[in-house]
Amino acid sequence: HNLSSLQPLPPRLKRSSCLSPPSSWDYRHAPPCLMAYFLQRAGRDYEVFERAPRPGSFFTRYPRHRKLISINKRYTGKANAEFNLRHDWNSLLSHDPRLLFRHYSRAYFPDARDMVRYLGDFADTLGLRVQYNTTIAHVTLDKDRRAWNGHYFILSDQKGQVHQCSVLLVATGLSVPNQVDFPGSENVEGYETVSTDPEDFIGQNVLILGRGNSAFETAENILGVTNFIHMLSRSRVRLSWATHYVGDLRAINNGLLDTYQLKSLDGLLESDLRDLAILKDSKGKFHVTLKFFLEEASTNQSADAITLPQDDNDNFAMRVPYDRVIRCLGWNFDFSIFNKSLRLNSGNAFGKKYPLIRASYESKGSRGLFILGTASHSVDYRKSAGGFIHGFRYTVRAVHRLLEHRHHCVAWPATELPITQLTSSIVRRVNEASGLYQMFGVLADVILLKENAMAFEYLEEFPIQMLAQLETLTGRKARHGLFVINMEYGRNFSGPDKDVFFDDRSVGHTEDAWQSNFLHPVIYYYRYLPTEQEVRFRPAHWPLPRPTAIHHIVEDFLTDWTAPIGHILPLRRFLENCLDTDLRSFYAESCFLFALTRQKLPPFCQQGYLRMQGLVSTESLRQHRVESRLLRDDAPTGRDLEDSSQHPGDQELLGAPLAPGPLAQSLDSNKEEL
Amino acid sequence: MSSGFSVFRVGISFVIMCSFYMPTVDSLLELSPQKYFSTLQPGKASLAYFCQADSPRTSVFLEELNEAVRPLQDYGISVAKVNCVKEEISRYCGKEKDLMKAYLFKGNILLREFPTDTLFDVNAIVAHVLFALLFNEVKYITNLEDLQNIENALKGKANIIFSYVRAIGIPEHRAVMEAAFVYGTTYQFVLTTEIALLESLGSEDVEYAHLYFFHCKLVLDLTQQCRRTLMEQPLTTLNIHLFIKTMKAPLLTEVAEDPQQVSTVHLQLGLPLVFIVSQQATYEADRRTAEWVAWRLLGKAGVLLLLRDSLEVNIPQHANVVFKRAEKGVPVEFLVLHDVDLIISHVEHNTHIEEIQEDEDDDMEGPDIDVQDDEVAETVFRDRKRKLPLELTVELTEETFNATVMASDSIVLFYAGWQAVSMAFLQSYVDVAVKLKGTSTMLLTRINCADWSDVCTKQNVTEFPIVKMYKKGENPVSYAGMLGTKDLLKFIQLNRISYPVNITSIQEAEEYLSGELYKDLISYSSVSVLGLFSPTMTTAKEDFSEAGNDLKGYVITGIYSEEDVLLLSNKYAASLPALLLARHTEGKIESIPLAITRAEDIVQIVTDALLEMFPEITVENLPSYFRLQKPLLILFSDGSINPQYKKAMLTLVKQKYLDSLTPCWLNLKNTPVGRRILRAYFDPLPPLPVLVLVNLHSGGQVFAFPSDQAIIEENLVLWLKKLEAGLENHITILPAQEWKPPLPAYDFLSMMDAATSQHSTRKIPKCMKETDVQENDKEQHEDKSAVRKEPIETLRIKHWNRSNWFKEAEKSFRHDKEL
Repeated sequence: HNLSSLQPLPPRLKRSSCLSPPSSWDYRHAPPCLMAYFLQRAGRDYEVFERAPRPGSFFTRYPRHRKLISINKRYTGKANAEFNLRHDWNSLLSHDPRLLFRHYSRAYFPDARDMVRYLGDFADTLGLRVQYNTTIAHVTLDKDRRAWNGHYFILSDQKGQVHQCSVLLVATGLSVPNQVDFPGSENVEGYETVSTDPEDFIGQNVLILGRGNSAFETAENILGVTNFIHMLSRSRVRLSWATHYVGDLRAINNGLLDTYQLKSLDGLLESDLRDLAILKDSKGKFHVTLKFFLEEASTNQSADAITLPQDDNDNFAMRVPYDRVIRCLGWNFDFSIFNKSLRLNSGNAFGKKYPLIRASYESKGSRGLFILGTASHSVDYRKSAGGFIHGFRYTVRAVHRLLEHRHHCVAWPATELPITQLTSSIVRRVNEASGLYQMFGVLADVILLKENAMAFEYLEEFPIQMLAQLETLTGRKARHGLFVINMEYGRNFSGPDKDVFFDDRSVGHTEDAWQSNFLHPVIYYYRYLPTEQEVRFRPAHWPLPRPTAIHHIVEDFLTDWTAPIGHILPLRRFLENCLDTDLRSFYAESCFLFALTRQKLPPFCQQGYLRMQGLVSTESLRQHRVESRLLRDDAPTGRDLEDSSQHPGDQELLGAPLAPGPLAQSLDSNKEEL
Repeated sequence: MSSGFSVFRVGISFVIMCSFYMPTVDSLLELSPQKYFSTLQPGKASLAYFCQADSPRTSVFLEELNEAVRPLQDYGISVAKVNCVKEEISRYCGKEKDLMKAYLFKGNILLREFPTDTLFDVNAIVAHVLFALLFNEVKYITNLEDLQNIENALKGKANIIFSYVRAIGIPEHRAVMEAAFVYGTTYQFVLTTEIALLESLGSEDVEYAHLYFFHCKLVLDLTQQCRRTLMEQPLTTLNIHLFIKTMKAPLLTEVAEDPQQVSTVHLQLGLPLVFIVSQQATYEADRRTAEWVAWRLLGKAGVLLLLRDSLEVNIPQHANVVFKRAEKGVPVEFLVLHDVDLIISHVEHNTHIEEIQEDEDDDMEGPDIDVQDDEVAETVFRDRKRKLPLELTVELTEETFNATVMASDSIVLFYAGWQAVSMAFLQSYVDVAVKLKGTSTMLLTRINCADWSDVCTKQNVTEFPIVKMYKKGENPVSYAGMLGTKDLLKFIQLNRISYPVNITSIQEAEEYLSGELYKDLISYSSVSVLGLFSPTMTTAKEDFSEAGNDLKGYVITGIYSEEDVLLLSNKYAASLPALLLARHTEGKIESIPLAITRAEDIVQIVTDALLEMFPEITVENLPSYFRLQKPLLILFSDGSINPQYKKAMLTLVKQKYLDSLTPCWLNLKNTPVGRRILRAYFDPLPPLPVLVLVNLHSGGQVFAFPSDQAIIEENLVLWLKKLEAGLENHITILPAQEWKPPLPAYDFLSMMDAATSQHSTRKIPKCMKETDVQENDKEQHEDKSAVRKEPIETLRIKHWNRSNWFKEAEKSFRHDKEL
């Protein structure tokens, strides 16, 4: 483990430390101080402590079979770098286009060694301050009123050196192999150490405990040489294509599913490991039995003596003896180095292996202690990509922005734009933003309206569970209503038991957009910032509290949401109805007409034409305008048409009226009263 | 006629109101008798069905009645089911279950009672109710004599719409009644169900409904019969509406312009146009022929008399008839037809009157919220297949951007390929490239931010479209003018040199002021500004230089601060520091003292000085005058302004009568949209020129200078004084409505609620304002159950009413759009 220490500092200066022992497995690994990059760019005082001599040491050993399952999609047919990050699951974020993973490997599923090389280059090229070969052995708190958070973090390393910092960023990943305690667990080999040479498995009966990607990866490697592989886990297999969660079983590893279903001797079984026992017989083979039988027999615990399930049920599934049992049960966070005073606890149920943190990635126990990277996955475990490089690279950036505001009064970056740009700014982001796309349901863009809704601020990738605290966390004001732009799968589409290939799974009509199943943009409108209560007690399966209004942009096969009628028009209507205004664009000529025939002008004319930046139509567009009947041709056409018998209302009817409806209201009529 | 139309328009707004704020009021109210009678409002019509409390909850009649709620509501008629309970005996509650009746009240006066079997379906209900209410507007007759009496009584006064339907209560009857609702005050409607009467008019196919238009208004000689035009389409509400519109159109129109450009109401209704080509020599005879043809083709085509002599375009020598189809883009046909019957048959054989089916399925009649109503988006979309000469501009990428803008002076258009405004402007941009081809040192480039997002962000471009100019050694400058060819071209051309120009000799200064020095530029900047400073005025010079730099691309600026500057300042009677303003078109040079010298003040002074005293107002220059926040005094002129009027106005300006106003004039030839402005001010349009005062910024009143007075100084002064004293009445007030959403949006929240009914108790109509909540409270409860029952597929918001013919009409007008 690596922890760090710094010399005591004057209280005004912040020391952030970034702990980076790689952990977990496969492409979920800790950010090799991606945070350091953000801190460096912001000119902050920081130090990274790394146990190993190089960054990314996790990848020097894991995944054991050396193939990353994070896709390295080098071609998308698009030039947009931000868009391309949607399909690049390995790169970290930086301003340097050379530091993209696609320059490091040509393989779609790259070799782990390339990742090690990439991470090393990342730290070196950007000149990050990392103290290698430093193992942090202990972390404790030192209360001090002058400290930013009321305490300093005191880190001691393996040489006994002590370091102090104001903010502690822990990115140690999940480094402790998960072990389930059951009789005979000593007979089990771990994923960490098991041989990866298929030769060692020739003609063997193999039992694998676990049903995650590491279990299947291990199976895949030896599938062709074993007699059979049985795979045992507590609950059913979860396929990532059905759950839409990248941490579940990926298709690249699922060869065993094939051979199981085609009855080629391999098989999957479900049972709680804690009820089982594994016994070694005199020939060194392993037998599966029930813990219950062991308790009965208490003394002699060899397989030859103990009751086996098949003694009663002679068709018991696991009645064959195994040559090897391999444990692939995942990893846990290493809590051992943290002093109790930090109150860094593990989460509940699902999240036992993760430290308990808020949606802002700050520990619930100690202010100023943030968990980054894989270890922060409790926020979106089994939901989004926060446990993986392509997810946590964005959450790390979000934490950096939160810290910048908390300690340096730098408000969350935002672009202020006139309201006429509202539709466009949303269309732009939903079509290219990678953070929204990867961290769907977790990070969302927020649009804060200004007074009278004539302008707005656009904030990117805010952790939406913290929506109620937005003002204090970002330093921005949300007094006049807000929009939240989130990406979502259909409410009932994802799950281990879901058929994701059913007919009509995709929606094409804009009016059915709310039933879209595949990842699509959803826009929430709130007249007021929701309260913490509202966020906490939001309706089940809603990522956010009930909004004043909601809009779904219909899912798109190409994930290209720029269709004028199918995507942009319904979005504009939604925004218009929320803001109670008209967001259409107009040519200068129309604005001219409105300026002289109405007392008010639509925002587009106010913000463009009246500021002498009107949009002049070309002749060809003008022609289309006449044909579309959005404009009547004003050229006089004949003597009679000029005469007064033409009622103005008459004209209005013929073209689709450009002007808003209520114009006719002032006209009196007795018929209405009929 | 006009009242007919106001009804029409009120109808529209009424529909919009109900549909937007109360989307589902169309369920039948159920009330007790006492409650029912307490809801009746004076003058309001109401249809009530009285039934026993213990009668079956559903029946065929109730279903039909329920259907009729919405259409009747459109006509302001409420519908209710009154449950007779024992405690409340009402005389309308029949004694036996099968003797229940429906009653029509106006206020609390009973107009009619209907046995339920006469109201056999929704058409019958609507037809009967309107028939009862429009008793005066629709005369029901049974014999020819009645018809003749009506005809005689209306000769020279009004036209008649006579219709025959086989029975009362059938769909054709309803269609006629709905038409009568709209046009009843304009035309006398006459209705019969007697076949004999129809036969006596000489009609064929008497088994079908017939509708005739009797042209009685034109008849002056009482012995003469009214001309009749038979409507040939089936009797539907929409067809009747279209038919009446063609009847209203002028019988014969004279034109003297390219037939290809002519458009009348007929084309919009899908009918062709027939031009009878006429010459001076045969005008009278041609006109008679044309009138004859016009009568024959009434309702089938528009007939126009084309005056060949005053025509600018050439038409084939021998052609005497020009035929123009209603379909867009089909060229006109030039025909040589020597018999008028040939004209008729040509029209009849070449017109495909599309059967416009009235939509039976109400659910299909969703609001057209999927139809584009953004003119920029729509036109760009329509033009998407046209290939622009994009090769004249250099397309930049992340790799080439920096190298390109560093290597040469460049204009960069930042745009997004999916954004309509960007793409509309790209066309102008390409036009600029075409105009500058081979002549400019400025490189015209563009970058699509949809592809190169990062580049645009790095250049601080967060909205589109943006034009920036990159010049060597200078900071990039954002273009802030109109997004059009003309202004951008001006910006680029004027930026060929840098500003302010340093003038070094008196002679050069004179050349500069006369326009000689930058002859090729003054067509882009009709004013040249010269700052005069003594050599020691360093700060002032710096400020002026900054201002000149800010104004680059918009106006030519120069600076003169040689030792002999006094020669110039004396000549133009300016004390230093000063600005000289050379107006090249007028050949005048003015001087303005420069007391304050902050750069932004100088920019303001110059900008103000560019304004004219009595400008021709155009689409491009209105904003410059608009920002002065003064009422506009506009002289609308059909072509160039009469010099006398101009002189009169300028005199008033000089005499300071117009200081509180912005006087200007509008040339309808240059700014044709002015016609629509006039139509908004006047009804009917007065002869041109016309002088109007528009109080744009406070109150929106429009005052017209009396058209019977000559536009001379004395009259104008008098009128202005009366205006000031508040003695003039405004002719109209410009509407002050806010710009609301043109159409509703999909209410996904409600749809989601309906799908998970446990949420429906929390249903809140989307984006509703607090003030609406109260009003809608009541309806909410009623429609919840209805919503829940509907299958998901049909849960699309029905904002629009059923059987609402404006929409039908609009839809059909839009036909060509969809083709």
